[in-house]
Amino acid sequence: MNNALDLITRVRGVRGAMLVSAEDGLVIAEQLMEGIKGSAVAALAASLAGRLRRAMEAAGIGTSVFWHLQADQGTLLVVPAASGILVVAVAEADVNIGLVRLELLRAGEAVA
Amino acid sequence: MTTRAVENWTLQPLTDFVREASVRLVLLMTPAGQVLAQSGFSRAVDVMSAAALGAAIVASTGELAKQLRQAPFAALNHQGHRHGIFLSTFPIERGTIVVLAVYDLDVSSLGLVQLFYEQLATDLKAASPKGRVPKQVLAADFERELSESLNTLFGR
Repeated sequence: MNNALDLITRVRGVRGAMLVSAEDGLVIAEQLMEGIKGSAVAALAASLAGRLRRAMEAAGIGTSVFWHLQADQGTLLVVPAASGILVVAVAEADVNIGLVRLELLRAGEAVA
Repeated sequence: MTTRAVENWTLQPLTDFVREASVRLVLLMTPAGQVLAQSGFSRAVDVMSAAALGAAIVASTGELAKQLRQAPFAALNHQGHRHGIFLSTFPIERGTIVVLAVYDLDVSSLGLVQLFYEQLATDLKAASPKGRVPKQVLAADFERELSESLNTLFGR
């Protein structure tokens, strides 16, 4: 699992990556820079994942494959993997989103 | 959802915890089962049962830890198909507080409850009255004290 995270954290601008259990919001594996509260990100990302899933079900548009939340000082990128694991990356605002997305999807396949 | 407290200093931290962690039921109590505050319960008998059972679990797991020559367990989580039960204790100046929380797996999670439980413990430690010894409930006064607490908890 750490190999999957290695590929994500190697991308320039990525400050951390995590595998999170979508069901209970707990950290499965993490590689984070200092200052990122892994357990808080995990719990809140899983909560958001649950709400997004229900919103998408209600809208009848299937399941989400990738989310990108842009903030003032950074960005949160998430790929929900088939196995009920969320692959999460915390990155700087100017990160190459396409590259991180690719690595998140690869990690999602690796842990499925 | 109704949140009520026998000890008023517990009310705001508990209200915040219920909102943030999206928990369904919460009891704050002493290890003896004396309830300080509750949220989400609609019947006094349910509060009494939950408090007694929660206190019993804290006592039995504490004794189990002693038998294993370990420090008391930090928290206990029991997850079912639809609900989870989270039970934990933390010290404040006046003694130990027990938190019993029940959450729906559809709207909350263990991670979320753990995250905001830490905040609840911090807030309660900060809000607890300093330098005051809690009133001891004597056996002779137990029933009256219990009735008064339940009346307060259910706004009677």
